Amino acid sequence: MLTDIAFWGIGLVAVLGGAAVFYVDSMARATYALALSFVAVGLQVLFLQQNYVGVVTILMMVMEMAIMAVYMVMFMGMNPALMPMSMVHGNRTAVAVAVTTFLALAIGILMVDWPARRGSPPSDVTMALGESLMGPKMLVMAVISPVMVATIVAGVVLAAHRTRYDRLGDDLKQRPADDPQPGGVGR
Amino acid sequence: MADPMPMTDSPITTVAPGWAIVGLAILGVLALTAAMLDGALAARAGGGPGGTMGGLVRPFGEAARLMRQRRRTTVEADGLLWRIGGAGLLVTAALMVTVVPLGEWTIFDLDVGVMWFNAMDVMVWALVWLTGWGANSAHSLVGGYRFLAHGLGYELPLMFALVAPAIAAESLNVGRVAAAQDGLWFAVWMPVAFLVYLLGVAAFAVWGPFSPAIGTDVAGGARAELSGVDRLVFEVGRYALLAAGAAFAVPMFLGGGAGPLLPDWAWVLVKTVALLAVLVWLRRRLPVFRPDKFMEVGWVVLLPAVLVQDLVVAVIAVGRS
Repeated sequence: MLTDIAFWGIGLVAVLGGAAVFYVDSMARATYALALSFVAVGLQVLFLQQNYVGVVTILMMVMEMAIMAVYMVMFMGMNPALMPMSMVHGNRTAVAVAVTTFLALAIGILMVDWPARRGSPPSDVTMALGESLMGPKMLVMAVISPVMVATIVAGVVLAAHRTRYDRLGDDLKQRPADDPQPGGVGR
Repeated sequence: MADPMPMTDSPITTVAPGWAIVGLAILGVLALTAAMLDGALAARAGGGPGGTMGGLVRPFGEAARLMRQRRRTTVEADGLLWRIGGAGLLVTAALMVTVVPLGEWTIFDLDVGVMWFNAMDVMVWALVWLTGWGANSAHSLVGGYRFLAHGLGYELPLMFALVAPAIAAESLNVGRVAAAQDGLWFAVWMPVAFLVYLLGVAAFAVWGPFSPAIGTDVAGGARAELSGVDRLVFEVGRYALLAAGAAFAVPMFLGGGAGPLLPDWAWVLVKTVALLAVLVWLRRRLPVFRPDKFMEVGWVVLLPAVLVQDLVVAVIAVGRS
């Protein structure tokens, strides 16, 4: 009983937090309203006995929102992040799409014949989830991961304005490097 | 609906939730101990009335002063976020210690306790930034950004430092990690992870080398506009974070409650206080890390070092099994 109340209470926090993102007029409040919503979702995942997934959700989302705060103030033009601003755009279309989606999903939920549960949850739900998601594809993931990292690194290298020749001179022998922002280890 | 968070069979006992008050009291005493020690060290370094012994009571005087101080207000402050930021540090520290076993007892025997601690220390990112942001003041905002810049440098090494004991113990449960150090503490054979972890603790407590976020050169930085009780709670939160970090190091790196003569719980406290004393003492022994410079130290030196540490630990763990 208490568990049920807590679960639904947290669910309400998640929905209201998500709605607050579009209601508040401050970038900081919107960012952290979203973080609150995600933390509530993470807590709900804990109730589903996916402890690892739940805690990681909290960890990653709080960190992500903190980093988002860095970049939004750093890069947004005329710095609206520091002033009150509306958090919505394309308002009418968005409302129409949202209401249609909600109705479609709600009707779907009510119309579908829900199957009865077959079997019972395994003792370690997180392990079972991991195996069903990744089990037969582990080799693929192990190959794709390094390729993805290499792609990111290559993308950054190609996009970087300054090359190693700018940093280290034409013969790559200039030490320490000529960086506009000197680093801490004096390379 | 099933019970949330089923407890795995672990070597420790979960106590009734009411004991959380005792846990909080222990955390408070540890934080006070750290503050008193810091007061004594400050008095010894800088003189002042009463000498070193007088420094021990400085925290009490400071608390009394702040409780009487009038609350400062700023124009267009985001009061809600500001209060959440300032008060959140203490809450976060309290949530961190819920997974630290005191000998054989723990408040919250989560099977992913290490991740829980990690998630809580990331909360500090948000809280310090919110403290800096909420006041609507340039100095405090600069302080908040300095903290996040430090965060980008220290967080990944800290995360990978926590990975090492978890790999060796083959568990993310804090009690199991403590129990896995049978005879040989993890701090002994994974020293790099231990040192990086301690650096991380100093960092999320905005302590010593990581204090530019609240530096005097920006008029106190993130806490510049905090006054009265708000400032007191913020400072207590920092000491509590330092204490929580020291307490978590005990099951992770220092063998948990293992030790001769004394009972388990006493050893946990002894080790925590010892580590806390070292952290407090180091405050005046290490230079301050500039956020822009530390970023490169974190990514170019600490991260590879701790990854190599993880590799070594993983190879040893595989070899053993």
